[in-house]
Amino acid sequence: MIDVAIYITFACFGLALLLNLWQLATAKGVGDRVLALDTMVINSIALLILYGISAGTAVYFEASMLFAMVGFVSTVAYCKFMLRGDIIE
Amino acid sequence: MTFLAEILIAALLLISGFFGLVGSFGLVKLPDPMTRLHAPTKATTLGVGGVLIASMIYWFVFGEKFSFHELMITLFLFLTAPIVAHFLAKAWLHRNASPRDLPATGRDVGWAGQEGTEAEKARREGEA
Repeated sequence: MIDVAIYITFACFGLALLLNLWQLATAKGVGDRVLALDTMVINSIALLILYGISAGTAVYFEASMLFAMVGFVSTVAYCKFMLRGDIIE
Repeated sequence: MTFLAEILIAALLLISGFFGLVGSFGLVKLPDPMTRLHAPTKATTLGVGGVLIASMIYWFVFGEKFSFHELMITLFLFLTAPIVAHFLAKAWLHRNASPRDLPATGRDVGWAGQEGTEAEKARREGEA
């Protein structure tokens, strides 16, 4: 039962990633693209943890933690660049 | 016990998958940038939260150990999601909104991110 649920959730988050990619490619403003990228990071974290459950290893927690940190820092850096035209002043 | 845990994990996974999909669909579908900001920051965080809780129950029941990694990731995501949303909203205000369109702050200082722009100077001179 868990296997089926994991496959369905894989499909959901994969579709969500495709939608984010579509938004990233076609969005009008820079802010929308940064938002799409941030959502892609969050969806990939969900995919990583799902893969960890289905493969039965705990290695992917570190990967998803690192992914979360890098995603947060990069989004903040993008926003800072949009606000000030510079990241570290 | 194991069967109940299986039902719980499967339900949590399905719910979180649904929420993740809704969040990303809202990101594509909603009409203007500030409503688009709303969709993923709430729904997707809920989606990831569901996956993390399911993973915690899975490792507790089938792996027979309690793992704290998920709690750490959940805490991190819940702390950073509002910060990111606030930053994106601020950047949008800075790039797209004119100080004329914004309501008065009621203090000496204007809106954050709008200091030094021509429109802000004009607004101050208009008030003075």
